[in-house]
Amino acid sequence: MIRRLLPLVVAATCLGGIAQADTLETVRERGHLKCGINTGVVGFAAPDDKGIWRGFDVDLCRAVAATLFGDPDKVKYSNLTGKTRFTALRSGEIDLLSRNTTWTFSRDTDLQLTFAGVNYYDGQGFMVPKNLGVKSAKDLDGASVCIQTGTTTELNLADYFRQNGMTYKAVPIETTSEALTIYLAGRCDVYTTDASGLAATRAATKNPDAHDILPEIISKEPLGPVVRQGDDKWADIVRWTLNALIAAEEFGVTAANVKSMAGSSKNPEVRRLLGAEELQGRAALGLKARWAVDVISGVGNYGEIFERHLGKNTPVGLARGLNAQWKNGGLMYAAPFR
Amino acid sequence: MIGNVAANFAALDKTFSFRFLWELPAGYDINQTLISYTNQNSHLRAAVVGLLNTGLVAIVGIFLATVLGFSVGIMRLSNNWLVSRIAYVYVEFTRNTPVLLLILLWHGIIINTLPHPRQALSLGGSVFISNRGFYVPAPVIEPAFWWVAFVFCIATIIAAALYRRGRRLQLSTGIRKPYLLYGLGLTIAATILAFYVAGTPVTLDRPTLRGFNYRGGMTLIPEFVALTWALAFYTSGFIAENVRSGINAVDRGQRDAACALGLTENRTMKLVILPQAMRVIVPPLTSSYLDLMKNSSLAIAIGYMDLVATLGGITLTQTGREMETMLLVMAIYLAISLSISWGMNIYNRRQRLVER
Repeated sequence: MIRRLLPLVVAATCLGGIAQADTLETVRERGHLKCGINTGVVGFAAPDDKGIWRGFDVDLCRAVAATLFGDPDKVKYSNLTGKTRFTALRSGEIDLLSRNTTWTFSRDTDLQLTFAGVNYYDGQGFMVPKNLGVKSAKDLDGASVCIQTGTTTELNLADYFRQNGMTYKAVPIETTSEALTIYLAGRCDVYTTDASGLAATRAATKNPDAHDILPEIISKEPLGPVVRQGDDKWADIVRWTLNALIAAEEFGVTAANVKSMAGSSKNPEVRRLLGAEELQGRAALGLKARWAVDVISGVGNYGEIFERHLGKNTPVGLARGLNAQWKNGGLMYAAPFR
Repeated sequence: MIGNVAANFAALDKTFSFRFLWELPAGYDINQTLISYTNQNSHLRAAVVGLLNTGLVAIVGIFLATVLGFSVGIMRLSNNWLVSRIAYVYVEFTRNTPVLLLILLWHGIIINTLPHPRQALSLGGSVFISNRGFYVPAPVIEPAFWWVAFVFCIATIIAAALYRRGRRLQLSTGIRKPYLLYGLGLTIAATILAFYVAGTPVTLDRPTLRGFNYRGGMTLIPEFVALTWALAFYTSGFIAENVRSGINAVDRGQRDAACALGLTENRTMKLVILPQAMRVIVPPLTSSYLDLMKNSSLAIAIGYMDLVATLGGITLTQTGREMETMLLVMAIYLAISLSISWGMNIYNRRQRLVER
């Protein structure tokens, strides 16, 4: 019976053909990267005044495109909601998911995804209007909570309230912009998502000072780029692009000085990274000798990307915190280029 | 096709199984539950909660759409210029706007124009209207209530007997006596009497403002109100046109004949026109009902947790079982649609037998 119904479903859902076993080859032949990003979170992925997508997650897509093609602009973006993102990735509609996605056990195993690292260490928080007079998440018993569906946030929220013997009324929402509208209309008392997302949302309100982000962080949310499981070469490309961005910051390689450092640096690891000395295994991935130079001159190092989209001088205004380099007490720690 | 799916599943290393439905806890909360549900229940129970929410919207929506549609359809044929113009504007507006926009519009109106719970509009101190929902007192039933219910049933049976007797009298002699009124009066009087004799066994649990929200009583969440109303509003335009075409399809001679017999305008409509018009109205009415039920799947746009939002939405993402959940959702919608058609076909057949 079920087997007889299958063709109907396939015809109806139009899954994007057979998922590609060798993504790297496919992307190279196609000539551009298909990258899944958010539907709009200031700082992570939002269109600028010319309608070009910009942000922290967008720059990771651009960095991967630079690794492959030497040109960060060879990317086509798909805007995905919390619910559509994994289906889009697994059906082959996109090659890389760079969309505030938390690395969890069940996603890694049961959903058959591969997380190619962590580009942002986040945690779930709460935002309330100041005039509500709430100072702690423990005071939220009975509150109406706006929450994005299909996210880890939803599950954390249920866990947190259960653990603290409190109740809440869920107000489920599809996208961040909807969340903002509904939160501002007062349909819910509190909006919960990752702390970075809260800062971005608060920055998008007319009067950011009218909203408080509560001190409690109720979960660990390591966010990172995701690819399909079982495609190791492709995962390597993404993982080492991210490592290159982080390592570049550690060694002081920036968009401005990368070209000169490629010739002048005496540090053997920097020389291997920037192609001045041979990096063993590079050819097996089909990378050019100066691939990392293209990446860093195209998008900058990790710190530059962070400051450009999320840092103190942006509307989002986040501190580096856990996302500082390991030498500065953060968790950003690139595996060595050797 | 099957081969293609099988190949894709093998390539993705996926299996086909429905075990996740009862093996994994859902983990998420639902904002309107007709049966008891916590986030520790299974995905299956979450799906049932969603299905019931879909059912509630469909049933209330179909009822509202029918009442509105018939009223507007008849208004549209009114001889009064103003009344028929108002009906015309209503029909054109509802039929020619996308239903998703109507849903968003009504939701927007509710959450943006109604006050915050702390400033809720109060009707008599027990009904409260706010942008978090409509709060009404909930009846709390005590055991003695069942005696009242028993008296009500007996009185209803007597009233039905009286009504039948009145009809027999009318059919055999032509004399009309208000037996229906007697019956209704008896039922109401007996029930009220029994209610006070039993010592008012129903108390009201009034909603009160505690902390962030009202607690106690019953809540109609804005998402439910907006979705149901928008669907009924949209569908009623189509039903109104069905009704109009059905009434117009009844031969003019029927009306003239009824008029010649001295039937009043109301009785002509009720006894002569509508019974014949129903034969024309029912088949397209069935498809309007089906449309309403299927359109209810737009619920997720405003965060109403129906079947698509639970099983076809959150469960799908959390478990990654696209094929299984989508198959189930489709099968369930198919089953609901087929049962609506089946019920309407039975009704249609009965209408046909009334024919001359």
